[in-house]
Amino acid sequence: MIQIEDLTKTYVMGEETVTALDSVSLTIARGESIAIIGPSGSGKSTLMNLLGGLDRPSGGRYRFEGEEVARFSDDQLADFRNRRIGFVFQSFQLLPRLSALQNVELPMIYGGQPPRVRRERAAELLERVGLGSRMGHRPNQLSGGQQQRVAIARSLANRPDLLLADEPTGALDSATGVEVLSLFQKLNTEGLTIVLVTHDRGVANAARRRIAFRDGRVTEDERS
Amino acid sequence: MSGVSPAEIIRFATGAIIAHPLRSGLTSLGVVIGVASVVMMTSIGMGAQRQVTDTISGLGSNLIIVSPKQPRNSGGVMGGAGAGEGLTDGDAEAIRRQVDGAVAVAPSVGGMAQVTADGANWSTTIYGVSPEYLEARDLTVASGRMFDDRDARQGRKVAVLGPTVVTQLWGEADPIGKRIRIRGAPFEVIGVLGSKGQSSFGRDQDDLILSPLESVRSRVIGRRIKADSVQTIFVKAESEEAVSAVQENIDTLLRTEHRIPQGEDDDFETQNLASILDASKAAIGAFTVLLAAIAGISLVVGGVGIMNIMLVAVTERTREIGLRMALGARRRDVLTQFALESVALSLVGGLIGLAIGLLGAAGISAVANWPFALPAWAIPVALGFSSLVGLVFGAYPAWRAARLDPIEALRRE
Ligand SMILES: Nc1ncnc2c1ncn2[C@@H]1O[C@H](COP(=O)(O)OP(=O)(O)OP(=O)(O)O)[C@@H](O)[C@H]1O
Ligand SMILES: [Mg+2]
Repeated sequence: MIQIEDLTKTYVMGEETVTALDSVSLTIARGESIAIIGPSGSGKSTLMNLLGGLDRPSGGRYRFEGEEVARFSDDQLADFRNRRIGFVFQSFQLLPRLSALQNVELPMIYGGQPPRVRRERAAELLERVGLGSRMGHRPNQLSGGQQQRVAIARSLANRPDLLLADEPTGALDSATGVEVLSLFQKLNTEGLTIVLVTHDRGVANAARRRIAFRDGRVTEDERS
Repeated sequence: MSGVSPAEIIRFATGAIIAHPLRSGLTSLGVVIGVASVVMMTSIGMGAQRQVTDTISGLGSNLIIVSPKQPRNSGGVMGGAGAGEGLTDGDAEAIRRQVDGAVAVAPSVGGMAQVTADGANWSTTIYGVSPEYLEARDLTVASGRMFDDRDARQGRKVAVLGPTVVTQLWGEADPIGKRIRIRGAPFEVIGVLGSKGQSSFGRDQDDLILSPLESVRSRVIGRRIKADSVQTIFVKAESEEAVSAVQENIDTLLRTEHRIPQGEDDDFETQNLASILDASKAAIGAFTVLLAAIAGISLVVGGVGIMNIMLVAVTERTREIGLRMALGARRRDVLTQFALESVALSLVGGLIGLAIGLLGAAGISAVANWPFALPAWAIPVALGFSSLVGLVFGAYPAWRAARLDPIEALRRE
């Protein structure tokens, strides 16, 4: 599904250039479950942003289903994020004024879904993450774990090809973290491709493939 | 690819406004004040203009006034025969015969006179006029009758009184058939004029007596005036469009009649109310534009207020913007959302301002006792302008929002 070749990202800060990602090459197949690990500043988030089409690489190639994402226009990238990618963030990133249901509807609004269709789908997704009784609640009326489940429901709204989760349990206590991870595992067994960044060795070991980063390079890539 | 529907973007934009009612209200206040004052100023200007129009046309519509004038450059030597000798019955007759479109020609003389009747007395103005005076000045007879040409020819001493004179002399009683003395000369009352009330300059338009020209010239004004001399000739043109043509024809005719050589000044003067009206309308119009322009400046100030708050909103909602982009919003979608938010703020301000402006203008017109008027274009223009203000001043904040980098934006706390 995804081929990355010599993907490089450098940041120019005044006189200095920081190489966040240094000639990374990877192939990701449909249905994989990948954990990315590595020390702080090793380039994990940078890779996720590039995979998700939030950022453009400084060099190298990124092919998604045969399409060269690095050459997409701004609008093409927006549509790519909308239909191909589901994001789950460490800090949930729900809009505080909207109900759980409305938050889940958001990607479908930008996808141009008619109101009835997207309301039904949002309700169905919230049922699936176990929040059927909380649809009208606002984020501040939900626990951290519940908020992250709303965010996961939102990421699934447009039936993405790839789910990207950057430290999704980082803001949760370990018990709720486990709940969220088992939800990911369930989604993966249903066929969803998932890439997940974590600091937790235990979490990483639960994934079928582990990629370790250091200083913007892949140092390990193992499967179990 | 379908993309986000405009209705949803409108919902996003208005949702943000409704979420902070107080702040939105305060933000719109500048536009509220701006639109309210523009509407009020325009309406007041229109009302004043209509007031002046009513007043001046109350003097007699389509009226041309011919009066004598001392020629300025006569150099001591009289020009042609008759020059500088004022107007005569002959001039009125010439206008009546030869000027097309002059539907009523009324020569008149007038003067202050003491009137006595049944022991009461009153000082008023008596006008010696031809019967056409009624039509020329748009006067009506409320009771009795106006004198006619036969009365005039026979030199009958009859009088038609203004309502004020009647009240002063008899109070409520019916004056028709009563005898009065004007400067000692006996007259019979045959009619009472309809009331015209006060002029806008506060003059009582009902305080007068009309009598045949000949009777007034011989009996009231007496030896101080030549037998065929008139002071003013009132000419009514058949329509407003005909006024200037009639006026020109009178000018030409009287110069011939008075045998004024080329290059010499006229010894008479013609004025028409339309030109007086135009001049005062233009003055008020210019004043209105000035006031509305000053009020328009407050609309711009209101726009700056909106821009300020929209810039704050973009900063506050950076994370929201980043998230929307991550979920698939195109830059154009973000731009539209924030531009619409600013237009909506301004438009709501415009609507409230319009309501306040209309109420204010109605209140002022009631207090000032003049007609309430608002040009038909004022409402669409007020709303159009407030939308435009929102668009112009919202454009930069919206552009800033659309230019944000989603990663930076999502990282913002
Ligand atoms: N916008 C930026 N400007 C400059 N340098 C950046 C920028 N974003 C990231 N970097 C640098 O790129 C490198 C990789 O950052 P990245 O966020 O990918 O690390 P990470 O592996 O996600 O770390 P952590 O585990 O702390 O989240 C770091 O050295 C970081 O300082
Ligand atoms: Mg990171």
